[in-house]
Amino acid sequence: MKAGLTSKLRRRRPVLAGLALLVLVLSACSEDLPQNSLAPASERAQNIQDLFVLTMIIATVVFVLVQGAIIYTAIKFRRKKGEEDRPVKQIHGNTKLEIAWTIAPALILAGLAVPTVQTIFENAEKPANALEITVTGHQWWWEYEYTDLGIVTANEMHIPVGQDVFLTLQADDTDVIHSFWVPRLSGKRDVVPGHINTLTISADETGLFLGQCAEFCGLSHANMRLRVQAHEPADFDAWAAGQLAAANIPAEGDSQAAEGWELFISKGCSACHTVNGTEAVGGGINPGPDLTHFAQRDTFAGALFDRTEENLRSWLANPSEMKAMEPDLNRGMPNLGLSDEEITALVAFIQGLS
Amino acid sequence: MATIVETPPVSPAAAEPKGGLWAWVTSVDHKKIGIMYGIAAIVFFVIGGIEALFIRLQLAVPDGTLVSEDAFNQLFTMHGTTMVFLFVMPIAAAFGNYFVPIMIGARDVAFPRLNALSFWLFISGGVFISSSFFLGGLPDGAWVGYSPLSAQPEVIRMDFWVLGLAILGVASLLGAVNFITTIFTMRAPGMTLFRMPVFAWMQLVVAFLLAFSLPLVTVGLFQVLFDRNFGTLFYDAASGGDPILWQHLFWLFGHPEVYILILPAMGIVSEVLPTFSRKPLFGYQFVVFAGAAIGFLGFGVWAHHMFTAGLGPVAETAFGLMTMTIAVPTGIKIFNWVGTMWGGNISFPTPMLFAIGFVAMFTIGGLSGVTHSIVPADTQQHDSYYVVAHFHYVLFGGAVFGIFSGVYYWFGKVFGRQLNERIGKLHFWLMLIGFNLTFAPMHILGLNGMPRRIATYGDGLGWNYWNFVATVGSFVIALSILVFLINAIRSYRKGEPAGADPWDGRTLEWTTSSPPANYNFAEVPIVEAVDDFWYKKYGEDEDHMPVRLDTNPLDPSALDDDGEFHVHLPSPSYFPILLALGIVTVAYGFLWIPVGFAVMALGLGIMLWAIFGWALEDIDHPMGGDDGQGGGHGDDDDPGSEVSEQVPAGIGAGSGGGE
Repeated sequence: MKAGLTSKLRRRRPVLAGLALLVLVLSACSEDLPQNSLAPASERAQNIQDLFVLTMIIATVVFVLVQGAIIYTAIKFRRKKGEEDRPVKQIHGNTKLEIAWTIAPALILAGLAVPTVQTIFENAEKPANALEITVTGHQWWWEYEYTDLGIVTANEMHIPVGQDVFLTLQADDTDVIHSFWVPRLSGKRDVVPGHINTLTISADETGLFLGQCAEFCGLSHANMRLRVQAHEPADFDAWAAGQLAAANIPAEGDSQAAEGWELFISKGCSACHTVNGTEAVGGGINPGPDLTHFAQRDTFAGALFDRTEENLRSWLANPSEMKAMEPDLNRGMPNLGLSDEEITALVAFIQGLS
Repeated sequence: MATIVETPPVSPAAAEPKGGLWAWVTSVDHKKIGIMYGIAAIVFFVIGGIEALFIRLQLAVPDGTLVSEDAFNQLFTMHGTTMVFLFVMPIAAAFGNYFVPIMIGARDVAFPRLNALSFWLFISGGVFISSSFFLGGLPDGAWVGYSPLSAQPEVIRMDFWVLGLAILGVASLLGAVNFITTIFTMRAPGMTLFRMPVFAWMQLVVAFLLAFSLPLVTVGLFQVLFDRNFGTLFYDAASGGDPILWQHLFWLFGHPEVYILILPAMGIVSEVLPTFSRKPLFGYQFVVFAGAAIGFLGFGVWAHHMFTAGLGPVAETAFGLMTMTIAVPTGIKIFNWVGTMWGGNISFPTPMLFAIGFVAMFTIGGLSGVTHSIVPADTQQHDSYYVVAHFHYVLFGGAVFGIFSGVYYWFGKVFGRQLNERIGKLHFWLMLIGFNLTFAPMHILGLNGMPRRIATYGDGLGWNYWNFVATVGSFVIALSILVFLINAIRSYRKGEPAGADPWDGRTLEWTTSSPPANYNFAEVPIVEAVDDFWYKKYGEDEDHMPVRLDTNPLDPSALDDDGEFHVHLPSPSYFPILLALGIVTVAYGFLWIPVGFAVMALGLGIMLWAIFGWALEDIDHPMGGDDGQGGGHGDDDDPGSEVSEQVPAGIGAGSGGGE
């Protein structure tokens, strides 16, 4: 009895292994990791997921049938010992079968086409009552301008839950193509110099959703990350108010931060980085992120590094060593040749820009 | 091994003296050219594979530091460029060159010197692009070279890419013209188009795809070249240019290109499956029409590579629906291949294992392709590792498996000795396991949000485990390729002699000796059916069962020892390699204008010398000599048009012709 059971299990070993693998894979699939397109957190992403699951079910059925046919055929009609020259019927074809297996796939695809086209047009509709943000892709960071609210920030987007957010996507004429992708909230859309593209995202739940550039854009394509933080509406309003507050410029004096502010101007940071309401107007041929409320952000350098003192010090000491850039070609931040004391002062200043 | 007739082991008639390096360099013989294509392609395969191993090592763990971002961008650009343009296309050309003429009963292609030019342009282009490694860095704009990134002119890397692809494009275009002409005009008597082997059909479709798609990408390439070097503004958004234009021009070529990559392998599989099932290809006409349909429809789907570029819902719908339709002829082929095996007497030597593997793996890649056609879903999949998984399933699981099926099938015919079966099976299983271990997880990685073309990725995103698994798989693939190379080298030297027809084959290449004589056929075959060779060996009774006939339908050159057959063949020539050298010299000169003008002038001079020499070459005294190297009196007349080639003595000074 025992021997029979063991050998039964042994024979089923490949099947058990396959099931175990399937469970492992499926569980990994839908974990709500922050960048997982299989864990949709918005209506549009859910629509995409539903369509995809439908397609995958059909594809799996076809997969099982075709692979099954291959394996079955190979086993059933395999050459047996002593039968090397056994003649077989020289069938040339079967027209009925050809018609059948032409029409059946065509019908299945036609069936899939209907919800597909519906979803294409649904997702392309501009939503009413949307929060509008203009996204500008730069090599290698993201700029966000909340057009109605008058907020400009970088890399970390804040949105309220339950409201559509309508993104206008653009890039400077001298830049390259990027692609804005936050998998849990939406499919991606390219950012193309000379073109305006649009994308609607939204969040059904509060939380942090990660994304990154999804169109190869040169040296630091891998390092052009982004974050979307979804808040309860009241919390979002609080955030927006904070963004509209005046910049926290330190009073003149001997504090490290005050010294940092002076260096910010004298060393030329203000030529590329904007601080609202001050002489740091930023912009220019190689614009850097708006730093007005830098200290409210969790990360920096294209959402690549945590905003810690240590990281900021390393960054200011030698930006290209931390993130591959080409400042000589106006892509990315140059090395300003700062001394340790200057770095201390500047860090004190920008950490105060809350 | 069902050898029907006695044949000498490695036919002495075919084992003509190699004639050294010069004979190969000046050869216009389609078989020598085919072998050279094949060896060069395998070399590039290994190079492209090493590039892949570096990529996988870098991505095995998050925040990898094995290679810099700059190096990584060069690695993945060259991996794609090498594999597509320097491996898959040339090895298809290797098989096409070697076997299409023989399969249609011809002695060579329509334009032998042009054929040699195509090969030397391929070598020039490949060396040219690869030489950038020593001259400022390899191209780093991805194998698709999207503008405006590719138009950023500060370094010459992408100039290497643009010019190199232009050279390779010319090679392929000339090859296409050659093959179309050959297939349409040089088939043996009785070989109607619908009696041609499917492999020959697929090469014909591929030739048309090349002819119509290459001009489009060439326009794009020249636009990028001019934007980079002459201040034009095709892709300059500030001046009203449009980066999207490049995408259209590239993908109008790029999509037919992927069918160019897969159809030859589909053709190989369509030959292998019937042979080892011992019954005909199921639905021959449907398989041919489906192949042509795939080629034709392939021109209507290019913007499915651009579903996130902002085409608008109408265009996205149109291209989505068109893309879905291609699944139909593809399915037809898959079902017909299974139908070929059904009811057969199936054996599983290595070529058959790879052919069945092709059908199974290509099905998976085809299904993920259908999921791409679901446009909204594609906005998640595009530019992620899901796409990387898809195209490796169709290109590796598909094209590469099909190619290896062809290698194991035809190695004996080409070199006279069979590849070792046991090592071959080891190669197959290692490759199947390694391939799936590498690329199956990438479906998951892509759906889990991992973009492609990223030099590194962050920790905590859930990508670590499957990336590591994929890296392990890539080394299993590498091991399998090592096994193959060992097999190839050992078997070339001391493999089992193949004989003319080791597999009891169905098509004309199995009527010749192994390797075939210079002239392929002593007697031009007269064809009466599709799978004509089979039907000369086996009749069919009323129940469609084969009945062995009392015949010995091998070509006389496979039976005769002493090479008494004298046939005119095209003469060797050094003008093709010279012309290729001139062209690539011009390309190098271009890179360093204005200093390079002198080099360009030199290259142009070489080109003119080659072109005039070629045009004025005396066909009876090639290369200016009285007795031309190799002694053959060449004759570029259509070699296949005469029926009986028992040429009387006195016409050819040497035996066997050109080399």
